[in-house]
Amino acid sequence: MILLVVLAFLVHEAWPVLNGTGWLRFFADENWHPLENRFGLAPMLWATLAAALGAVLLAAPVGLAGAIFTCFYAPSFVAKLYRVVLALLAGIPSVVYGLWGLTVLVPLIARWRPPGASLLAAILILALMIVPTVALTSSSALHAVPRSLLHGAAALGLTRKGVVLGVAVPAARTGIFSGIFLATARALGETMAVLMVAGNVAQNPSGLFEPVRTLTANIALEMAYATGAHRAGLFASGVLLTLLVLILAWMGARIAETARHAG
Amino acid sequence: MKTRQWFRQVIVVIGLLGIAGAPLAWGDKLVLTGSSTVAPLALEIGKRFEKQNPGVRIDVQSGGSSRGVADARSGLADIGMVSRALHPQENDLVAHTIAMDGIGIILHSSNPVQSLTDAQIKAIYTGRIISWKDVGGKDERITVVNKAEGRSTLELFLHYFSLKNSDIKAHVVIGDNQQGIKTVAGNPGAIGYVSIGTAEFEAAQGTRIKLLPMEGVAATVANVRDGRFPLSRPLNLVTRGVPSNLARRFIDFARSEKVNDLIQAQFFVPLAR
Repeated sequence: MILLVVLAFLVHEAWPVLNGTGWLRFFADENWHPLENRFGLAPMLWATLAAALGAVLLAAPVGLAGAIFTCFYAPSFVAKLYRVVLALLAGIPSVVYGLWGLTVLVPLIARWRPPGASLLAAILILALMIVPTVALTSSSALHAVPRSLLHGAAALGLTRKGVVLGVAVPAARTGIFSGIFLATARALGETMAVLMVAGNVAQNPSGLFEPVRTLTANIALEMAYATGAHRAGLFASGVLLTLLVLILAWMGARIAETARHAG
Repeated sequence: MKTRQWFRQVIVVIGLLGIAGAPLAWGDKLVLTGSSTVAPLALEIGKRFEKQNPGVRIDVQSGGSSRGVADARSGLADIGMVSRALHPQENDLVAHTIAMDGIGIILHSSNPVQSLTDAQIKAIYTGRIISWKDVGGKDERITVVNKAEGRSTLELFLHYFSLKNSDIKAHVVIGDNQQGIKTVAGNPGAIGYVSIGTAEFEAAQGTRIKLLPMEGVAATVANVRDGRFPLSRPLNLVTRGVPSNLARRFIDFARSEKVNDLIQAQFFVPLAR
């Protein structure tokens, strides 16, 4: 309900530019220079997708591996410690990650390949932020697998690895997937940390070490003073972002449905 | 029934909190938003003003000079902070100058380059010179740091070098002054431009940046004061129409001699009185 209200407000504020300038301009114009009347959102859309995708590709295996480790292999003391550390990491404000990225990570990358503030920095920071989400949800999903399934698999003679990878993970896949989707949604919407480390140059992501600007960072940089068509354009990019997350949520729900029916 | 009871308790708690919060709203408050160059100075002046006027709160937020203009116009801020002269189309606002400042080019302190001509700076920023060795430095790629749109430092920089923002080939786009300084201090091959006052203040704290002279004139407070430095600008507090009593008192305080030491501590130039 609230989501609909927010979406309606966004569309209403973006209407002048969606109607007047036409929404095709967002993809036809080659770059974003609102004060020179160019509203190309495409470079920033690709940057948002690239950063989020890269982060999830990094964080999902790491998070899942961590969850498997704490559920099936770690002694209970280590498992508890791991979970506490993850919960703490998940609670750190994103601007703190951004500050660490700006003062430590970016100069480190710069020494390897200047300029440092780049897509790679954004991917690493986002991955760091979403690993706890993936790990914690996967861990709960794995714990929720009925013991009887695991006992049955062991009774059939499967090795520990076989039980974990062949039985437990597939049984928990709905929970694991929803954790990954949650993490992707967070990565798509992350603003401050990405603003501080990604370089903020509005261009198509041409390489891991080139600076990029995401849709969220764009809104944060320019909203405070934008007027007229510029402001409406920023609201339109907000609509685009919301639609992205909605599509993601729908896909997640569909996959969970098919998983439930098949399993 | 249990939910009803719980609901009522929540309403009571919220009501009590609301009543408890009311006295906080009675104190006088002044909100200043805008230029990240003026913000630290406004903060210090605000602190001294609060000490001399108990019960008053001065809130300072940055966000760029364009935000200062927009907020002063819409009433979101009582006073806007703008680090440039007002444009002709901003004649619905009144500017009260509190100090003068310059814009200087900064490099990492380990960079051997001692000075750059205007033509070289322009070539670097438009992407025609990409290595430090072409201007007498090490064989390293130049990392160009540019300010985001809406910042007056960017506007004045573009105006001085007769460039458009789309001409600039930047590698990093930053918002506030502090982000720019941290970016240059963390990258030995970086070049950026910030307020001279901010840069000198940071260099005095040990941040690893250094200021370059512009067209042969050293980027110092003395040269800005004597008008010799080519790229200087006024630091303004802007209001729309007649300022409120509290705003008027704050502006008069900020323009008086009582804050000269604060202005000089930030390496800006107090106005001659």
